[in-house]
Amino acid sequence: MTHRIPGKGLIDRTRPLRFSFDGREFEGFQGDTLASALLANGVQLVGRSFKYHRPRGVLTAGSEEPNALVEVIEGKQKTPNVRATVQELYGGLTVQSQNRWPSLRFDVMAVNDRFAPFLSAGFYYKTFMWPRAFWEKVYEPAIRRAAGLGALSGLHDEGRYEKAFAFCDVLVIGAGPTGLMAALVAGRAGADVILADEDARMGGRLLSDQPEVAGQSGPDWAADMLAELAAMPNVRLMTRTTVTGVYDGGTFGALQRVGLHLADPGDLPRECFWRIVAKRAVLATGALERPIAHPDNDRPGVMLASAVQSYVARYGVNPGRVVVFGNNDSALQAARDLTAQGVQVAGYVDPRADVSVLEEFPVYPGGQVVGTRGRLGLREVAVRHGGGVSMLTAETLALSGGWNPSLHLTCHLGGRPDWDERLAAFVPRAGMVAGMSVAGAARGRFSTAACLADGAALAAEVLADMGIAGHDMPLPAAEDRSYAIAPFWAVDAGGRAWLDFANDVTTKDVQQAAQEGFSSVEHMKRYTTQGMAPDQGKSSNVAALAVLADATGQGISATGTTTFRPPYTPVSIAAMGAGGRGMGFAPERLLTSDSQTRAMGAPMIEAGLWYRPSYFPRAGEATWREACDREVSMVRTAVGVCDVSTLGKIDVQGPDADRFLDLIYTNMMSSIKPGRTRYGLMLREDGHVMDDGTCARLGEAHFLITTTTAAAGPVMRHMDFVHQAFCGDWAVRFTSVTEQWAQFALAGPKARELVNKLLETPVDAENFPFMACGPARILGVEGRLFRISFSGEMGYEIAVPARFGAAVFERLVAEAEAMGGGAYGMEALNVLRIEKGFITHAEIHGRVTAFDIGMQGMVSAKKDCIGKSASQRPGLMGPEREQLVGLVPVDPQAELSAGAHLYNENDPATRVNNQGYVTSAGYSPTLQSWLALGFLRDGRARHGQIIRLDDGLRGRKVACKVVHPVFHDPEGGKLRG
Amino acid sequence: MRISCPCCGPRDRREFTYYGAADYLNRPALDADASAWDDYLHLRDNPAGETRDLWYHDPCGTWVAVTRDTVTHAVIAAEAVA
Repeated sequence: MTHRIPGKGLIDRTRPLRFSFDGREFEGFQGDTLASALLANGVQLVGRSFKYHRPRGVLTAGSEEPNALVEVIEGKQKTPNVRATVQELYGGLTVQSQNRWPSLRFDVMAVNDRFAPFLSAGFYYKTFMWPRAFWEKVYEPAIRRAAGLGALSGLHDEGRYEKAFAFCDVLVIGAGPTGLMAALVAGRAGADVILADEDARMGGRLLSDQPEVAGQSGPDWAADMLAELAAMPNVRLMTRTTVTGVYDGGTFGALQRVGLHLADPGDLPRECFWRIVAKRAVLATGALERPIAHPDNDRPGVMLASAVQSYVARYGVNPGRVVVFGNNDSALQAARDLTAQGVQVAGYVDPRADVSVLEEFPVYPGGQVVGTRGRLGLREVAVRHGGGVSMLTAETLALSGGWNPSLHLTCHLGGRPDWDERLAAFVPRAGMVAGMSVAGAARGRFSTAACLADGAALAAEVLADMGIAGHDMPLPAAEDRSYAIAPFWAVDAGGRAWLDFANDVTTKDVQQAAQEGFSSVEHMKRYTTQGMAPDQGKSSNVAALAVLADATGQGISATGTTTFRPPYTPVSIAAMGAGGRGMGFAPERLLTSDSQTRAMGAPMIEAGLWYRPSYFPRAGEATWREACDREVSMVRTAVGVCDVSTLGKIDVQGPDADRFLDLIYTNMMSSIKPGRTRYGLMLREDGHVMDDGTCARLGEAHFLITTTTAAAGPVMRHMDFVHQAFCGDWAVRFTSVTEQWAQFALAGPKARELVNKLLETPVDAENFPFMACGPARILGVEGRLFRISFSGEMGYEIAVPARFGAAVFERLVAEAEAMGGGAYGMEALNVLRIEKGFITHAEIHGRVTAFDIGMQGMVSAKKDCIGKSASQRPGLMGPEREQLVGLVPVDPQAELSAGAHLYNENDPATRVNNQGYVTSAGYSPTLQSWLALGFLRDGRARHGQIIRLDDGLRGRKVACKVVHPVFHDPEGGKLRG
Repeated sequence: MRISCPCCGPRDRREFTYYGAADYLNRPALDADASAWDDYLHLRDNPAGETRDLWYHDPCGTWVAVTRDTVTHAVIAAEAVA
């Protein structure tokens, strides 16, 4: 490592780390970033540019890096577009460059650079216009192949990610001098403080410029303050945490790099996405330096002056001979600091004519850098000055076009910053984000002393505002240099001068955009792609605006900025979606009978989040249809058992429970006698059917209602609304008990025989008639019994507390099997209910009325109910409505399908001829025929007619007879049995 | 966005289900004419500024009428409907 200054930097030289870049092995130290370690090894060339594949090096020392994007390799996984300036070094880190082929030093696609005159702004829009047929088939695939930087591995990302919430009184964003002071003041006052900083080590510019603070070196002072903060129980320090977005109500998004810097992260997640809710925030994000656009300013070795300072002071990197090109006092100070650190400054170039020449290095007042040389790394800098053009030999060119306050977060809620002529930069306005104070360099106060003072002052303000008493804190002494700048954006010397390094946008592109009419800043951005790369133009947008303002003659203030949006830096989707995979995405709800059901070999199907058995296969059955047919016949001739616990159950109690249910249901529930059950229909207020179910009156003031599986949540919400909005003073309370009870349907001619095997007190047709309900002791457990049926056969449902569900199911299945019956699944349940014309959400799908399903008679004339008024409006009842009908194919073996549409026999299958549609279909082993339910225009008046079922998707046309929707036992004798 | 549930205090908006304008609280009488029901069910203002709408706090089951500003996103008030 020849490019390290002995003894310098905050790296741990006792801990060397091996890493590899493009297959070559290098050594760095603990505390290095990948960028500093590469520079310390003399590697200047780290990537190829996006469009022209120009050789590029490291421009910055922070998260705003536009050039040094690399792929991190972990086994077979690749993480593309990792900023080398952010990635911390660890032993074994394996990295490769991207957007080059076959190698970084020789890249075939660099030929693009030769065609640059043809590839300027708007090239795609102008070139790929015709022929139109080529847009999607030729142009887009070709452009997509050529575009992009890094590549994904194509493998599933198995990495661990986390998301988390945090709350605090004061969130301090940025831990430079301003943020440290703000956190100290707030922390000492006892406020709950979160101090978040995107760097691995807190201190901000104190670590890089290393100004003296309170008589200590910057890093030492920062370390002392951090030690004090770390000892405070009310302060949480979050390093490696970038606050990426500001949202309403004091909510902040933040991305924490948790395990990405470790050789062996163990159980740690790679990243954690935080949602931080803060009563107040102090934005202390500092400022970002900007480069100057001059010809060939994108050569490896060209860096921001502040980055050169960071690499020298923090990482001990020797930059070789340095030319500094700046238009402001901070640039001159950088040249002085570098000299003081022992770096050879080959020249200080400043377009300002009045700049001091009494320095320890050559100064070129009124000078400009007009070009650079060096194929893959800087060798010479061409400086134009009063005396002509001089070629200065240098390995590093340090640029400083001034500083942009990092005000991005202040604009996330739509605020716009002000242009400050004195600073030649945008500064935040007051009150852009409610509850956020902007302090220090982030609002244009650039000296260390000003930052320390501002951080303390604003924290004190925030505390006072929150009613927290603060302590006086003496301000540490520090440099308080003034900052003067002469706006200077681009060198006019021919050639290409780069603004946006990441997207290869030059000053010419911006000027051309203006010329072609894209003179609004938002249009220019989209036309040139300025600021649209992963770095979002952090170091280039303002200069691009200035070049645009110059071209349009408008001035920067009138030109305005583009919109700052979250995230501030790229956030991986995996981190935002952490926990959203598999069961985190869709939790699984399992029946109490689940393990036995699976043990019986039943394939499970999803019903919402529930898993229910599709069918219970038996030996010799080759297809699901055979099992289903057998289960249906079993119910029709013996007895079947089915777990129906997924139905929503809501326990309703109180003296006003009955009239509340009258309001909720269309039919009268207050007239049910205790111990009886009634079928009920619910409407939405717009008159359409919401749900159906049963309502069992367990006592005078105690009801238990059921909902369909799918509507359990919405019905609960609806009942809460009706109660709270319209009759909050009624004495009624209700709660969901879906999970508390396991419930099983017993159906078939032998259902009573089966239920009596479990009941301590047997029932008969007289003492427990159809629609009875009540408490029952089931296998020694207090449960409930209901004489209801969803199959059309004699049916009971028994309910037991969920913890007994598995045992009861096991016993029921064993007893049923001994009686020639057994368990049945969803397929059979569906066929059974179709045979009976019972509806599910396939029929009550949200667009049907009580009239449509033939239940208008259930809308009681004696009382109001939700949806009653609207259900009677014109257009919701009448012959123009599509009404529920049964469909039987003329050829009983002709398969019917749900989703098919209905047409009159000779009409073509077009929209205007549509007569209705099929909602459910199945094969009925009972009737030895396919059956379907559907909606047919004026269907109840058309029983007996022949209609054509037309399934365009399956190419199926079947002549069907329109019938009453109850196919099986229409008189209901078996049901009441 | 955060809403202060009258029962549980300030909570993340992910805990709430949106319903619609607070107009839903003013249910017409059963025999009100069709236009009153049409108004109630279907006709809504779309203000740039202060609006009042209904949110359900799923964890506790409270319906909350939220007064908020559609321009600034400020939540001005949140009260239980009952």
